[in-house]
Amino acid sequence: MNYADEIRHEARKLITRRHFFKECGIGLGAIALASLLNEKLAAAPQGTRGANPLAPRQPHFPARARQVIYLFQAGAPSQLDLFDYKPELVKYNGKPVPQELVKDINYAFIRPDAGLYASELKFAKYGQSGAELSEAMPHLAEVVDEIAIIRSMVTDAINHAPGQIFMNTGSVQFGRPSMGAWVTYGLGSESQDLPGFVVLSSAGGTSGGASNWGCGFLPTVYQGVPFRRTGDPILALSNPRGITRQMQRQTLDTLKKLNEHHLALTGDEEIATRINSFELAYRMQESAPELMDISRESKETLAMYGAEPGKASYANNCLLARRLIERGVRFVQLFHEAWDHHSEVAKGVRAQCRQTDQATAALVRDLKQRGLLDSTIVIWGGEFGRTPMVESNPDAGRSLGRDHHNKAFTMWVAGGGFKPGITIGRTDDLGFNVVEDRVHVHDLHATILRLLGFDHEKLTYRFQGRDFRLTDVHGVVVEKLLA
Amino acid sequence: MTRLKTWICCFWTAGLIIFYAAGWATEASSAEGPQKGTAGAQRVDFERDVLPIFKASCYRCHAGENPRGQLRLDSRTLALKGGVSGPVILPGDGRRSRLVQRIMGLGDEPRMPFQSPPLTPEQINLIITWIDQGARWPDSASVEAKLEKHWAFVAPVRPPLPEVRNKAWVRNPIDNFVLAKLEQQGLNPSPEATKETLIRRLSLDLVGLPPTLEEIDQFVADTSPDAYEKLVERLLSSPHYGERWGRHWLDAARYADTNGFEKDRPRSIWPYRDWVINALNRDMPFDQFTIEQLAGDLLPNPTLEQRIATGFLRNSMLNEEGGVDPEQFRVEGIIDRVDAIGKAFLGLTINCAQCHTHKFDPIQQREYYQFYAFLNSDDEPEIEVPGEDVKKKRAEILEQIAKIEDDLIAKDADLARRMAAWEEEARKYEDKWEVLRETEIFAAFGVKFDKLEDGSFIARGDNSTSNNYIVKARTNLKNITGFRIEFLTDPSLPRSGPGRAPDGRFFFTEFSVEAGPSDRPGAVEKVALSDAVADFALPDYPAKNVIDGDLKTHWSSDAGPGRRNQNRQFVFKTKGPIGFDGGTQLVFQIAQKQDEMINLEGGKPNIGRFRLSVTTAANPQVDALPAAVRQLLYVPARQRTRQQQREIFSYYRTIDPRFAEANKAIDELMKGWPYGATTLALAPRQTPRETRIFKRGDWRRPGEAVTPGVPAALHPLPAGAPPNRLGLARWIVDKNNPLTPRVIVNRIWQQYFGQGLVTTPEDFGTRCERPSHPELLDWLATEFRDNGWSMKRIHRLIVTSATYRQSSRVTPELREADPYNRWLARAPRLRVEAEIVRDIALAASGLLSRKIGGPSVYPPIPDGVLNLGYGKPMAWETSKGEDRHRRAMYTFWKRSVPYPSLSVFDAPNADFSCTRRIRSNTPLQALTTLNDAIFMEAAQALALRVWRDGGADDRARMIYAFRLCTGRRPDETELGELMALLQEQQRYFAGRTAAAVYVSAADLNSIPEDVDLHKVAPWVIVARTLLNLDETITRE
Repeated sequence: MNYADEIRHEARKLITRRHFFKECGIGLGAIALASLLNEKLAAAPQGTRGANPLAPRQPHFPARARQVIYLFQAGAPSQLDLFDYKPELVKYNGKPVPQELVKDINYAFIRPDAGLYASELKFAKYGQSGAELSEAMPHLAEVVDEIAIIRSMVTDAINHAPGQIFMNTGSVQFGRPSMGAWVTYGLGSESQDLPGFVVLSSAGGTSGGASNWGCGFLPTVYQGVPFRRTGDPILALSNPRGITRQMQRQTLDTLKKLNEHHLALTGDEEIATRINSFELAYRMQESAPELMDISRESKETLAMYGAEPGKASYANNCLLARRLIERGVRFVQLFHEAWDHHSEVAKGVRAQCRQTDQATAALVRDLKQRGLLDSTIVIWGGEFGRTPMVESNPDAGRSLGRDHHNKAFTMWVAGGGFKPGITIGRTDDLGFNVVEDRVHVHDLHATILRLLGFDHEKLTYRFQGRDFRLTDVHGVVVEKLLA
Repeated sequence: MTRLKTWICCFWTAGLIIFYAAGWATEASSAEGPQKGTAGAQRVDFERDVLPIFKASCYRCHAGENPRGQLRLDSRTLALKGGVSGPVILPGDGRRSRLVQRIMGLGDEPRMPFQSPPLTPEQINLIITWIDQGARWPDSASVEAKLEKHWAFVAPVRPPLPEVRNKAWVRNPIDNFVLAKLEQQGLNPSPEATKETLIRRLSLDLVGLPPTLEEIDQFVADTSPDAYEKLVERLLSSPHYGERWGRHWLDAARYADTNGFEKDRPRSIWPYRDWVINALNRDMPFDQFTIEQLAGDLLPNPTLEQRIATGFLRNSMLNEEGGVDPEQFRVEGIIDRVDAIGKAFLGLTINCAQCHTHKFDPIQQREYYQFYAFLNSDDEPEIEVPGEDVKKKRAEILEQIAKIEDDLIAKDADLARRMAAWEEEARKYEDKWEVLRETEIFAAFGVKFDKLEDGSFIARGDNSTSNNYIVKARTNLKNITGFRIEFLTDPSLPRSGPGRAPDGRFFFTEFSVEAGPSDRPGAVEKVALSDAVADFALPDYPAKNVIDGDLKTHWSSDAGPGRRNQNRQFVFKTKGPIGFDGGTQLVFQIAQKQDEMINLEGGKPNIGRFRLSVTTAANPQVDALPAAVRQLLYVPARQRTRQQQREIFSYYRTIDPRFAEANKAIDELMKGWPYGATTLALAPRQTPRETRIFKRGDWRRPGEAVTPGVPAALHPLPAGAPPNRLGLARWIVDKNNPLTPRVIVNRIWQQYFGQGLVTTPEDFGTRCERPSHPELLDWLATEFRDNGWSMKRIHRLIVTSATYRQSSRVTPELREADPYNRWLARAPRLRVEAEIVRDIALAASGLLSRKIGGPSVYPPIPDGVLNLGYGKPMAWETSKGEDRHRRAMYTFWKRSVPYPSLSVFDAPNADFSCTRRIRSNTPLQALTTLNDAIFMEAAQALALRVWRDGGADDRARMIYAFRLCTGRRPDETELGELMALLQEQQRYFAGRTAAAVYVSAADLNSIPEDVDLHKVAPWVIVARTLLNLDETITRE
């Protein structure tokens, strides 16, 4: 065979092999050389003065919690079918909503004269605490004594994108740092070879997009890094085709020598930072696939979450969240965009609970078992709530749904110094307005920051001449929620 | 001690009663004059009684330099002068003094002291009484102070050049200022950088591309004294200059290719991006550059280019999520425009005054809304930007049609008679329709409407679902015999509508109306309709389809290219007269939903704008004549121009059966009617919108009305400036503007030196740090303002200065003396911007396409990235051919899913105006340049290039490769390391054919056959290493 034929022959073979690699998911992680696993990172070059922006830092006062898992239920779950049982709604089912309640309210979809709609789900009290939950969440019922339910959340926004941005950044305007970015900015990261703020997602893409985990005006290192569901979790994590781990090491060794040489000539410390970035990238190539490989978890653990190795799901993400927390990642945020039930809310809520309830409860239980719950805050909730009125619209093919509602909704928090086994807040008989223990989004933010050791008024960043903070100019710590 | 306290308390309580009484007395007797009111009260002594309160509760913010709200309470003169909102102490009138109102928490503003415990009633009364008694304030208790106007709010005056000792170093006045500071600090400037460094620095700075090896060689060889200046001129006149500096402006202009928010649909506004590039290449004076972007459409006879320029303002995001209130997001769009103008042109955080008067700068909340009012009265058209090819093709089609028509007219002797008869008949049409004005509208799905003054509705917001509009109306007419629905074009609709599909078409499926007496809400019955007639119908989509009760059949407005975007109307006849005594309520259903609805990429064919009318005429009629033709019919035949007569004929021929054949031929021609690109622009609204102050910045809480105006603390509007965007633009470029010239030269400076002379380019307000070189800033600002606002002039000045030409080496002494390089004893080393990181890799490898402008392109994007956006991932058809390797600034920018390899290098999201990019240094960046597909492609191409063109042996090739990436020759150490790497790889790839092919072929289906890939593969590893060098992505 002459050279040209040989090359063509190999190319054909490779096309077939590449297909195999791509389809069968054998990536670099699986074939990484064991000898490199424990490779020590060379010490940072002399003269590195620039502080590592991700180095762990101490907050204002002793913290109850060090890490956060935020289970963001995007699309806005119906609190009236999950947490906020309203017997009065049964009585008034189908009757028009009292006009004084909806005066001056501009709903997204429903007409102001829509009828009230009682939940089709059965409610009961669970646990020692006697928290009231609907039948859709049998698993949460088992760990309900570990969580604090807030039935009195209110928010400013009523459309998804602004609502999610507000819940995550404390502002309906784009361009502010997200909670995860603030926390990572405030505390740095404990992880040496993973990003400080990791984003996982299941179901649909989020309405708020990248701004949900953006860093706004904070330095880019504090931005959430979205892990992909399939393939490499981090973009460009795998070497390009044909580049072996060894070649990568040889490349990095040469790069390091040349960069160090240039550092000596120019004296620019930025080069030292870049050398470190490359070494960290190299370690990330090891640690991220190892992290993603949940097949090493025990059968019991996998069963508890309902996780299946190799499949992208909310359950897998919950398990990954725990693994990330174990590895020192500061803030893990899951997005599950699937709760926008404008139609058939009962059916929708049941279906989503089947996908999420078991794993959510398993995460709480697992963290508890491993002694991580004390220092890890778990947050569960959407961007707003849903109306006590029915959404029904034959033209749009909608019936028995609920529209967006920002005057009352439910979230829950657990671990990290939150008081377990309590329910706070009360809505009126129709579930329309909060009448007791109103908790605004800013208040929740302030409370979370408090448990992480921050005075929310002092965790600031100067931008455009102003000291910005997560809570804008608002926020009161909800003492009732603290253990 | 305790007894003493008790005694004091008693004393105060007693005093309080007296003071309260005194307060009342003041009100009762104020007519007698300010001084007399408190005659009976105990004399309040400022130093004893008031000063301690001020000190304890007010001085934290209202004393010393830069007091909050510009109000100082430590100086008598300044306290009496007042703050941003005017005087706060009215001697003799405590209760009406703003100071008192604020400490009492009256009015809409927060109580003072801000976020601190309120003053006690006793303290408040002491202050009231003190003011009532004339606010006497002895000099001994007053700080000697003048409140100087913040430096940035005073127009710059050209400063004299400072004297320097080392005169030989100075190349132009910039150096005088820089050197003077250096000499003050006892620092010496660095030596000049090497010629290789200088040409790479200049090229990256001026055009954003590395120099070619030929360019380097030529420059190094050019020993003429003006070699450097010649190079500068060549680069300044390169068309890539506009790209490089345009990109900076586009950051400030928050340019993006999608609308943002949840739906984040694509928008076409790249003609604006190209306008910026062209304007900079032509060195359009900055005053004109400003005026055209803010008000190009308001100039006399604006050109298309000038209208395109207004895209600056249209770059705001747009929320099309289902169910949003369009007014809320229109308001947010205006807020964004105020913010963008504040940052891009004024360096002023004017947006801080949206909810309350600015905390630090002299901008009142009212002034914020006066500024807002300039921007609040616009329509938002999408305008067509036809290219030359489109214009030419259209002219050809029109010419051919004209020929056919000429022929018809010439050969038809009977034409005049027939047309006259038709005209007479047509003129008989009487418009007996009454537009329904008492109306309410809902959409079945998420859409909201604007109601226009002519009674029509425009649908706004989500257009991703086919819809059904429901209109409730009331009329006093009885004996209603027909209903009319007019579908109207509007500049804000795609291709002007009347529909919302991307080509402006719409489908109409079913029409129904219910009627009942208006005093019984909801008691309506379906109205029987006998007929539906439209002024246009396609053979397969007759008008009657909309009253056949069948949602599977519809009527279509699609009259084909060049014809579908015109007004249309339907008339419905009732079977019997409708109407009730005391008024009639009507409920219309206008359905646009059907099973076989076609799916047009970018929006459903819903109705965009329409209005409803009723008639009592015996025989309700459709007016089939286009309005323009009808108007011409009333011009007497003899007075009509040839052109007008032809227009009438052009309509007439379409209804005369004798011309059927010609019509068919013309229809065929029209099928080829081409469309040009579109862009988003502004146009003045016919009736200006009223602007009101939003209380606490909340658009649902409108307050007092305001008219356009500028902040009083800045220069006044120039004489004769109109109270609209044009006036605003003229104000910004007025000679008296203290901010804009400084702000612009500072931003230019920032790009060259990594930081501005003012380090907060977006904020020149009272809280910004003092400039490092205030005189230099003012000198440059006056140079810019007084010499025709030429940006290239400033660039030339900076890059030809000795300051710019210094070496960037950081010696230990320099690091110690000036770690942040504020004094510029060296040039900065800067990692290039996101786009240029990629452009360098493509340029070094020879892949880069240097094509300028045009629609944005779709380079490869990693799998799964687009899934992060909401809903169905957008179609991202990877560009082929040269568009795969265009400069990164042409990459399609989707706001909710920013292009990863640019975003990771700190490209701004374009959600809002950005005038300063962050320069981060992270592992994710390392992964990108190591592993991202495009960077690997570049490594492969570079390896091939090196192998083919790099020279006779590996050493020569290595030098060639190194130069392509860094612009300089490697030293022996570097060469040694690289050769070692190469040899290691050569050993590996020898005989490993599969591995060699795998590594070196970008496309396995098209293997380069002229080279031995075993030999090329080791070079891929080397090329990849070189492309990842710190130096490669750094401007030295």
